[in-house]
Amino acid sequence: MSVNSLHYHYDVPGDDFTRAGMASSAVKQTLKQLGLDPETVRKMSISLYEGEINMVIHAGGGEIDVDIDDEKIVAVLTDHGPGIENIELAMKEGWSTASEQVRGLGFGAGMGLPNMKKYSDDMKIDSKPGYGTIVTVVVKIAN
Amino acid sequence: MLIKDIQKILDAELLVGKELLETEVHTACGSDMMSDVLAFVKDQAVLITGLLNQQAIRTAAMMDMVCVVFVRGKHPDDDIIEVARENGIAVMTTTQRMFTACGMLYEAGLNGGLATK
Repeated sequence: MSVNSLHYHYDVPGDDFTRAGMASSAVKQTLKQLGLDPETVRKMSISLYEGEINMVIHAGGGEIDVDIDDEKIVAVLTDHGPGIENIELAMKEGWSTASEQVRGLGFGAGMGLPNMKKYSDDMKIDSKPGYGTIVTVVVKIAN
Repeated sequence: MLIKDIQKILDAELLVGKELLETEVHTACGSDMMSDVLAFVKDQAVLITGLLNQQAIRTAAMMDMVCVVFVRGKHPDDDIIEVARENGIAVMTTTQRMFTACGMLYEAGLNGGLATK
């Protein structure tokens, strides 16, 4: 693949859980069309999907920006939700503040952020309670 | 095993993905918790679930799965089927319960595959 730099922007509505994941699906489709190897596509898609679900569950939606160059895919997930009180705790597998209702929908097992870390090559969380959260995930493109 | 074998073994109703019936699959996982599917599954081709919403299909799509089986007689609505169609996933529904459906498929040769590290 040879691209200098591609940028994609997605608005994630926060009012409809059933539709969550549309941005991640669109990104996955784009990455496949660019001819990236399946493992790279999978890693980015899963990270992004978990992030998108988190945005809808916890923050009332947000925005996703994806930048792709020859070496890496960088996704920045920005929301204006309640923020994360304790990032260390939020990264712990099994720890979740999700409601019973969300668990009934198949999420909220406390695996979202740990999964994003697991499937990405680099991950950064900037969060301030009361202001929102910015999660950046990077997946390197395998040559 | 082919997807059409799954349909036969579970006496399932195929709702979308007729063109995928001859697709060969080797591994499956059963779960109602999509977070766990995303965390612990690798290279499995079939998702057996009782979770009836679009996220079951989207999760399968993210994991490159090709078939979703809804158990306990759950019947997805048109929106769910449409998401499956867009993502090239065969969907079927069976009246079998989760444990029994998994057992029948396992006995017939479908296995759990490898867990992620």
